[in-house]
Amino acid sequence: MLNISGIKEGVVLDHIQAGKSMDIYRHLGLGDMDCTVAIIKNAKSSKMGRKDIIKIEGSLDSLDLDVLGYIDHNITVNIIRDDKIVEKRCLKLPNRLVNVIHCKNPRCITSVEQELPHIFYLADKEKELYRCQYCDEKHS
Amino acid sequence: MRHLLSPLDFTVEETEKLLTLASDIEKNRPRYAHVCDGKKLATLFFEPSTRTRLSFESAMLSLGGSVLGFSSADSSSAAKGESVADTIRVISCYADICAIRHPKEGAAFVAASKSSIPVINAGDGGHQHPTQTLTDLLTIHSLKGGIGNMTVGLCGDLKFGRTVHSLIHALVRYPNIRFVLISPPELRVPDYIKESVLDAKNVEYRETANLDDAMEELDILYMTRVQRERFFNEEDYIRMKDCYILDKEKMKLAKPDMYVLHPLPRVNEISVEVDDDPRAAYFKQAQYGVYVRMALIMTLLEVEQPC
Repeated sequence: MLNISGIKEGVVLDHIQAGKSMDIYRHLGLGDMDCTVAIIKNAKSSKMGRKDIIKIEGSLDSLDLDVLGYIDHNITVNIIRDDKIVEKRCLKLPNRLVNVIHCKNPRCITSVEQELPHIFYLADKEKELYRCQYCDEKHS
Repeated sequence: MRHLLSPLDFTVEETEKLLTLASDIEKNRPRYAHVCDGKKLATLFFEPSTRTRLSFESAMLSLGGSVLGFSSADSSSAAKGESVADTIRVISCYADICAIRHPKEGAAFVAASKSSIPVINAGDGGHQHPTQTLTDLLTIHSLKGGIGNMTVGLCGDLKFGRTVHSLIHALVRYPNIRFVLISPPELRVPDYIKESVLDAKNVEYRETANLDDAMEELDILYMTRVQRERFFNEEDYIRMKDCYILDKEKMKLAKPDMYVLHPLPRVNEISVEVDDDPRAAYFKQAQYGVYVRMALIMTLLEVEQPC
C-alpha cells in the first residue's frame, strides 16, 4: 500500500468519485496555490470500491466549497488540526453558482457582454438542475 | 425600490391590487391626469417595437409625466459598444423610471441590478414580457369580472410563444383554471412547462389540434401568431403559418360570452370579419395595455392614488 504522510493542519477531501480528483484540482484552482497538495487516485474504499482523495495543507478559507458542492456533493470535507480530524463537513448543492459554469445560450445577454459574471441558481434540487440567472436556460 | 422583470415578480395579491388600480384608472381617467407631473419615463428600446413603446409612452403621458428615450440600438450608445450596465447607470441620472426592451435575454435583469431607478422589462428576447401578461390578465379580469373558474384556450404557436408561456405561469396561480392547448403537434407547449407548471400544480388541461372541437367549451380564446423568425426551415413555417384561422363560422360554435384575445400583431390567424364580433377583444386588449402600464408606473414610482 502506498503511504502518504498525514497533514498537521489542512483539509482532506475524501470520497471523491474515482478519476474525478483532477477535475476538482482544476476547479478549486489548487494549481495556483502555494500549499502542499497530495492527490491519491483509485484508493480502495469499502463504501465506494475505488475513490480519490485530495490532501491540502493550509486553511479552508481559500477553498470554494460551493464549487465542490456543485461538482460532487457526496465528497466529505475533513478539517485537520494538530494531526487530528476536528470536523467533518458534508457538502450540499449550492443555491447559487458564480463563474463556475457558463451559459451556452447564444440569446443570453452574457453571450455579448463578456464582463458579466455567469450566475446560475438551483432550480430543481432533486434533478440537480441549474438555470442561468439571466435567461433561465438550463445548464446541460 | 422595486422592478418588474418577470410576470411572477408580483404576488397574486399585488397583481390584484395592480389590476384594481388599472380598472379604476379606466373608469376615472381625468383623476389620474396629473399624478406623475414632473416625472420622467425613459424608454430604452434596443430593438424596434411600435405597440409596446407607444403604449408605455401613452401611459406616462396620460399620467401627466414626460418621456424620453430611443427606439433602436442604432440610435443609442450601444452602437458604440456601451454595455447595458453603463447605459442604465447614465439613464438613472436622467429619468425617474425606465422601460427597457432588448433582443438579449436577461438584459433587463442586468439593467435592474445596476439601476438606481425602477426598471420595467418591456421584453428581453424570447424570455419575458411581463407587461403583456399583465395586459392579458387585466383584459380577462375586466371582461369576465375576475380571474378563475374558467376554461382558457390557447391556440397557435404554443412552443415558441413567450406570451403563452408567461400567461400559463400567471393563470395557474388562480383557482379552477382549465386549459385547452390547441396547436399542431410540432408547436405544442414544451414538456418542461407541462411538467413543472401544469402537472406540478395539478392543473387540468388537454391538448388538441382541432380548434372547432374546442370552441364550445372555452371562456377565453387566446390566439397567437406563428412567428416566422422562430423557424430555421422556411418550409415548416409555410406549412404551419395558416393552420388556424378564426373566422365567423368558428365563432358560431363559441359561447356568447367567450372572448377572443391576441397579443398582436395578427397576420392571418384571425379573419378581419371577426373584428366586428362583440366577443373580439384584441383591440380592447391594447387599450387595457395602457391602463395596466399606467397602474404599473404609479405602483413602481410609489405615487399616491388621487383622492
